[in-house]
Amino acid sequence: MYNFITGPLLWITFIIFFVGLTVRVVLYIRGLDWRLDRVAYRKYPTLGLKGALSSIFHWLVPFGSHGWRAKPLYTIIFFIFHIGLVVTPLFLVGHAVILKERWGINWPTIPMLLADALTIAVMVTAVFIAIRRIGLPEVRIITTAYDYFLLLLTVLPFFSGFMAAHQFGDYVFWNYTHILSGMALLIAIPFTKLFHVVGYFLSRAQIGMDFGIKRAYKAKGGFAW
Amino acid sequence: MPEGILCNRTPINTKEQLDAVLADKGGKQYYQEMEQLEVDVEKLQKSLQDTCKSRIRTWLEMCAHCGLCADSCFFYLANKKDPQQVPSYKILTTLGKIVEKNGNVDTAHMIYCMDTAWGKCTCCNRCGSFCPYGIDMGVMFSYLRGLCFSQGFVPWEMKIGSGMHRIFRAQMDVTPEDWVETCEWMAEEQQDEWPGLEIPVDKEGADIMYTVNAREPKHYPEDIAEAAILFHLAGENWTVPSLGWEQTSLTMFAGDWEGCKLQVQSVYEAIERLKPKRVVGTECGHAHRGTVIEGPYWVGREDGRPPAPYIHYVEWLAEALRTGKIKIDPAKKLKIPVTIQDSCNYIRNHGLKDITREIMSYIVEPGYFIEMYPNKEYNFCCGGGGGLNGIGRYRQWRNVGMKVKRDQIIATGAKLVIAPCHNCWDAIRDLEEVYELGIKWSFLKPLIIKMAIIPEHLKPQEEEEEEE
Ligand code: HEM
Ligand code: SF4
Ligand code: SF4
Ligand code: SF4
Repeated sequence: MYNFITGPLLWITFIIFFVGLTVRVVLYIRGLDWRLDRVAYRKYPTLGLKGALSSIFHWLVPFGSHGWRAKPLYTIIFFIFHIGLVVTPLFLVGHAVILKERWGINWPTIPMLLADALTIAVMVTAVFIAIRRIGLPEVRIITTAYDYFLLLLTVLPFFSGFMAAHQFGDYVFWNYTHILSGMALLIAIPFTKLFHVVGYFLSRAQIGMDFGIKRAYKAKGGFAW
Repeated sequence: MPEGILCNRTPINTKEQLDAVLADKGGKQYYQEMEQLEVDVEKLQKSLQDTCKSRIRTWLEMCAHCGLCADSCFFYLANKKDPQQVPSYKILTTLGKIVEKNGNVDTAHMIYCMDTAWGKCTCCNRCGSFCPYGIDMGVMFSYLRGLCFSQGFVPWEMKIGSGMHRIFRAQMDVTPEDWVETCEWMAEEQQDEWPGLEIPVDKEGADIMYTVNAREPKHYPEDIAEAAILFHLAGENWTVPSLGWEQTSLTMFAGDWEGCKLQVQSVYEAIERLKPKRVVGTECGHAHRGTVIEGPYWVGREDGRPPAPYIHYVEWLAEALRTGKIKIDPAKKLKIPVTIQDSCNYIRNHGLKDITREIMSYIVEPGYFIEMYPNKEYNFCCGGGGGLNGIGRYRQWRNVGMKVKRDQIIATGAKLVIAPCHNCWDAIRDLEEVYELGIKWSFLKPLIIKMAIIPEHLKPQEEEEEEE
C-alpha cells in the first residue's frame, strides 16, 4: 500500500500537476488576442516586459503596491500564510531526505524549528482567513463552500504532516493523510482557483503589459502600482 | 413576442428607426418590450466562443473571492458598503453566470446584467488596480456590455447613442453641414474681439487637426470658439475636418463594437485625408479613450496607435504654457482654493497625471491648489462615467454614487473644481445641483482665456484707443 502510494500514485500526481499546469499556461498564452484584449503585445516587447515585471514585482513584495498598503493587516496575514505555504514543503528536511534517498539529490533545507513555526503559522493564518470570510460581509457574499473546501484542502497536508512529524496520535493514519492530501492539493492546483500559483504570474504579466504598452505608457515610470 | 418593435437585437441604422425610438419618451415602451425580449442563446454562445478568451475566462475562474476589490469601488462605498456592490460579486453574478452556463440564461438575467453593467459600474477600472491578480472589472463590464448590446439589452439612451453614431458619425444629430456652419458662425462672432481669428476647415498639412465632442456644436458652441481663441493666441497652424470631427464614442459605452469601428474610422480617414502633423482632442475623457487609446484596436491597427500622434487637450495646453506660446498674467493666476478632477479615462488609463499638475503650476497661485485624496491613477470616478450620466433609468443610483466624489471635494475645501472632461464636468455640475456644495466647476479653456496675456498685435484696434 505504502509503496503504491509513494510509487506510481505519486508519479501520476506529479504528471497531472506538471502537465496540467503546462497545458494551462500554453492555453492561456495562446488565448491572448491582441485585438480582443486590445493590447499590442508583440509590437512593444520592451514596454510590455517592463510593464509585466513591474506589475508582478510590486504585488510580490509585502506592502509593495497601493493595494497591499490599503489593507495592512490582511497583507501581513496573507504573506505569512503564503511564505509558509511555499517555503515549508519545498525546504522541509523530511522532504529533502526522500529526494536524497531516492535520487541522491542534495536539496537545501530549513531547520525543523523554523518548519514547525511556519506550519503553525500557515494553520493560524488559515483560520484567520476563514474567520475573515465569515465575518466580513463583502467577503462572505462571494464565498461559497468551494472556497472553504480549498482552504481546508490546503491546510490538511500541513496539519497532518505536523501531527505525523510529532507523532501525535496515530502516526500511520496521519502519515497517510498527509501524503494523500498533499497529492490531492497538487492535483487541485491546475483545475481550481489555486491555479493562481502560476496564474498569478500570467495574469499580472498580462495586466502589466496592458498598462505598459497601452494604458500607462505616457506615465513616467509606468503605472504606479 | 421574441423581439420588440423598439427593443430588439438590431442596432439603429436608419433615421426612421432612430425617430421611432426617440419618440418613445424615456423609453417607456422600450423597457416594456425588453421584459419580453428573448435571449438568442445560440448567438450568445457563438459570441462567447469567438470573443471570450483566456484573459477573461481566467479572471473569472481564478478570482480568489478575497474581497480586496470591495473598497476600491465608489459604488460600494457610496452605498454604505452594500455587499451587492462588491466588484467581484457584480461580475461573477452577471458575466460569470453567462460564461458558466455557456449562454443558457433567460431574459430576467440579461436585464439584471444590463442594470449591473450600466447602473452599478462606470468602467472606471479602479478596482483593477486593487486586485492582487489585476482582475479588471472595468474591462469585463465593458465586455459584458458588448454581449448585452448584441442581445438588445441596452439602456434606451445607449441604443439611441449608438444609432446616432451609426447614422451621423456623431453622438448627436449634428450633420457635417451643421458642424461647418457652427465653426463659421463661431469664427465670425469672435471677429470684434479677435480680429483675424479663423477656424480653418479641411486645411491639408496643418500642424494640428482638432477634434471635438458633438455636444460642443450642439449645445456649447462657445467651447469651439474658446479652442479657436487659444489656438489663435498660441499662433498655431490648425484645422478642423468637415468629416470625422467627432471624437467621442457613445458606441463604446453602449458596447456597440461595430459602431465604435465606424466612428473611429471616420476620424482616422480625416487624419489620412488632411495629413496633419498631429491631432489634438478637446477636453473630454472618453473621447480620448475611444479615439486615441482603444480606437486603434477597433479598426485593427497593429501598432495600437492612431495614424498620427493624437494628444489630449491637456497635453497641448501644458506644452503651450511650457514653451511660452501662451503666457499667463501672473496677476491673474487663480487665488481661490482649486482642485482638479482626474479623469479615469486619460489619467488612470493613459498616464497623463503629471501633465495636469504641470498646468496647475502655471495657472494657480502657489498654495491654492489642493489635491483630492485619493488622486492621480487612484482617483475615484466622478460618479457619472461610462455613459451613466445620460441614463434616466439609473439616475437615482448615480446620484447616490456621486457621494464619494462629493465628500472628496468637500474635504479639499476647494471652491473651484477644474474638470477637463465633459463627463466629469457634467457630473460635478449635477453634483452641485443635487447636493448644493456651493462650488464652481470649469473646463480649462475659459480659465486660460481669462488669464492669458494678449500680445498687442492680436488685440482689436479700438480697445487700445479706449484704454488710452
Ligand atoms: C506560489 C505558490 C502559491 C501557493 C501554493 C498559493 C496557495 C494559496 C492557497 C492555498 C490559498 C488559499 C485559498 C483559499 O483561501 O481558499 C491562497 C489564497 C490566495 N492566494 Fe495564493 N498561492 C501561491 C502564490 C500566490 C501568489 C504569488 C499570489 C499573489 C500575490 C497569491 C494570491 C492569493 C490570494 C489573493 C489568495 C486569497 C486569500 C483569501 O482567501 O483571502 N498566491 N493561495
Ligand atoms: S470599474 Fe469602477 S465602477 Fe466598475 S466595479 Fe470597478 S471600481 Fe466599480
Ligand atoms: S480583489 Fe481580485 S481576486 Fe479578490 S475578490 Fe476582487 S477580483 Fe477577486
Ligand atoms: S466621467 Fe470622468 S471620472 Fe467618471 S469615468 Fe469618465 S473620466 Fe472617469
